[in-house]
Amino acid sequence: MAILINEITRILVQGFTGDKATFHAQKMIEYGGKVVGGVTPGKGGQTHIGLPVFNTTKDAVDAVYPDASIIFVPAAFCADAIMEAADAGIRLVCCITDGIPAQDMMVVKRYLRRYPKEKRTMLVGPNCAGIISPGKSMLGIMPGHIYMAGKVGLVTRSGTLGYEAASQMKDLNIGVSTSVGIGGDPVNGSSFLDILARFEEDPETEAVMMIGEIGGPQEAEAALWVKENMSKPVIGYVAGLTAPKGRRMGHAGAIISAFGDTAAEKAEIMRSLGLSVAPSPADLGKAVAEALAKRPSRRAVLTR
Amino acid sequence: MAYGLWLKAAVTKKEPKESAVDIHEYQAKELLANFGVAIPPGGVAYSAEQAVYRAAEIGGSRWAVKAQIHSGARGKAGGIKLCTTEDEVRKAATTLLGARLVTHQTGPEGKVVHRLYVEAAVPIERELYIGFVLDRKTERIMLVAHPHGGMEIEEIAKSEPETILRQVMEPAVGMQAFQAREIAFGLGLDPSHVNRMVTVLMGCHRAFRDLDATMVEINPLVLTKDGRLLALDAKMGFDDNALFRRPQVAELRDHAEEDPREAQAAEYGLNYVALDGEIGCIINGAGLAMATMDMIKHAGGQPANFLDVGGGASPERVAMAFKLVLQDRKVGAMLVNIFAGINRCDWVAKGVVQAVKEVGVDVPLVVRLAGTNVEEGRRILDESKLSLIQADSLEDAATKVVAAWKKGKKSKE
Repeated sequence: MAILINEITRILVQGFTGDKATFHAQKMIEYGGKVVGGVTPGKGGQTHIGLPVFNTTKDAVDAVYPDASIIFVPAAFCADAIMEAADAGIRLVCCITDGIPAQDMMVVKRYLRRYPKEKRTMLVGPNCAGIISPGKSMLGIMPGHIYMAGKVGLVTRSGTLGYEAASQMKDLNIGVSTSVGIGGDPVNGSSFLDILARFEEDPETEAVMMIGEIGGPQEAEAALWVKENMSKPVIGYVAGLTAPKGRRMGHAGAIISAFGDTAAEKAEIMRSLGLSVAPSPADLGKAVAEALAKRPSRRAVLTR
Repeated sequence: MAYGLWLKAAVTKKEPKESAVDIHEYQAKELLANFGVAIPPGGVAYSAEQAVYRAAEIGGSRWAVKAQIHSGARGKAGGIKLCTTEDEVRKAATTLLGARLVTHQTGPEGKVVHRLYVEAAVPIERELYIGFVLDRKTERIMLVAHPHGGMEIEEIAKSEPETILRQVMEPAVGMQAFQAREIAFGLGLDPSHVNRMVTVLMGCHRAFRDLDATMVEINPLVLTKDGRLLALDAKMGFDDNALFRRPQVAELRDHAEEDPREAQAAEYGLNYVALDGEIGCIINGAGLAMATMDMIKHAGGQPANFLDVGGGASPERVAMAFKLVLQDRKVGAMLVNIFAGINRCDWVAKGVVQAVKEVGVDVPLVVRLAGTNVEEGRRILDESKLSLIQADSLEDAATKVVAAWKKGKKSKE
C-alpha cells in the first residue's frame, strides 16, 4: 500500500494539451501512472498523445471516471480549474502551477468545504512537485528514478529538497512508501498535518520524514499533532537557517514575518514536541536511518 | 513551552519588506481614500518649492513634511518634520530631499529620500491601531486592532497580547458590519463615532480584497478633537502573484526603492536575494537553495545570496545567474548545486561551461550535479578543462566551497 495514489489510480490531466502538461503526462505514463485522459476547454473530442481530450471535467468524469487529477493550467485560471475538479467529484487534485494569487487560494479552500466530508476533494499543492508512490504511480513532475520503493513516508514543501532527501535515503538503502510535495505557497491545499494523518493510517508506512521551511505555522501545528496522535516516528528538518527576516526566499510562503517563523524556532518546537530533527540537510538520510534503528521492532509493537 | 509562545505571537504579520509589492504612504492614502477612508489634506512634492506650494494650497498654519521611503519608523529616523511657517516647510524639505534615512527596516545603508508628502497637521484626541493581514493560520483575512496607536504592533503582541482585538473574515461573504461594530465598541469609541469607524474598517477591507493586498495598516488612525477619524499614516503591501489583474497597483511600483540586482533577476525569471556572506550560490529550487545555504553555514561559511534558477535552467539563464552573483564584489567563492529532475545534468553542465567561458569566473567554483544523467554531466565538466572543483554530495560541496573560500582569503592576506 501507499497513500493517496497507487497502481490503479486513474489520472486526469487538466490543461492537457499544453507543452508542460504533455511532457509530464508522458513521463507519468512511462513511470506506470494510469493516465486516462485530459481536459482542455474547446478541444473536446480530439485525441492527444493517444488519449481522449474533454471540454469539461464533468465530461471526463462521465467518460473515463478518473480518481485523481493533476493541474497544469496557468496561474490565473487555477482557482477555476481546482473548483471545477471538486465540483465534478474528483477526490484528489494535485496542482503543480505556481504563482496563484493568495486570495484565490482562500476562496478555493472555502469552496472545497461546501461539500460534505465524505465527498470532499483533497487538494495537494499548488506550487508543488506532486505525489509519487514509488514503483506504483506518479501524479507529479519528479524524476521517478531517484525514488526507491519502501516504508518511509516523505512530506515536503520543496520539490528539489524532497529529491535530495529521497536520494540520500536511497543511498542508504531506505525506500519511500509515498512522497508528497505540499508546495511553497502561504495558502495551500493540504497541510503537513493532513498528510501525516494519512501516513499514520497507512499500514505500510513505518516512519515519516517531514521537511519544512521558514514561514507560517504549519510545521509547528503538525509537530503538536504528531506528539498527541502519532505512533510512528517522525523525523523533521526545516530549511532556511540563514534566511534574514522579512525577505522572501523564492517560495511565496518562505518569509520570516512573525515569531515562530524562523528555521531555528521551528526546529526547536519540533524537538520540544519529541520529534527527531536532522542536524543538517546532508543528514536527512542518516537521520531517518537512526530513527528506524531506534524504533521498537514490529513484533514488540504488536505484542505490547 | 515553545509552542505556547508561538501561538501567542502568531497573530501579527507586519513588515513584509520584500514579501510583496510595497507602495509609498501617500499612494496608500490615495488608494484608501477611494474606498471611503478619510485622510488629512495633503500633496506630494519633489522639490522644496513644490513643498511650499503644497503647504499654501492646503492652508492652515501647521503642516507635517514627511519623507516617502518604503519603511516604517520614519519619525524616529528624523523623516517627519512639523512646521508652522512656510519658511520652515522650505527648510524641512531642503533637509529631507536627498537625505539618507536609516531605520531598523532599511538596513544600515538606509534609503535616500526622493519624494515628500506635505500634509495638514491635525489636533489629535486619540490614536488607534488597525491592520488587515493575510493570516496564515486561519488562511483568511484578519483584522487586528488595538486601542493605542503609534506603537509597533509587534511590540504590543509581545508585551500585552490580550489587549489586541481580532476579527477573521469569511472569504465567501467578506467583512460584515457587525464585525466592524464589535471592533469599534471594543476599542472604547464613543457611540457617536462608531459609524465613522465602521466606514473606515469596511473601506480598508474592500481595498484589501479588491486590490489583492497582503497588508493594509493604519497606524495611527486618529480621532481628532473635532470628532473626525483620519488615517494619519498608512501602509499597503500587495500580492505580486495578482499584479497581472491589478494594473493600477503595478504602476505604483517605485523602482528606486528596489534592489537593482533583484529587479534584474526578476526580468530573467530568476529569484535572487542579496545577503551578507561571501559565498555565491546558484541552485535549482527554493527549498534546496535554502538547504544548501544552511549547509554552507554548517561548514563554516556564509552565503552571499539566495538564487533559484528554477526548473528549466537553460544555458542563457545559468549564464545570467553567474553574472548576477559575480556582480557582488564580496563573493570569494561560488557553489553551483543542481538536482536535475526535469532538466538533465548533461544539459545543465553545458550551461555551466558556456556561462563560465562567457562570463569569466575569477573565484574558485564548486559544482555539484545530481539526478538525471549525472555521469554524462560530470564528464562534460571534466572534458571542459575549466578549473572547477566537482563535488558529489551536498556535504562534500559545502565543505569544498568553504575550504576554497578560506584558502582564497588567506592568499589575499
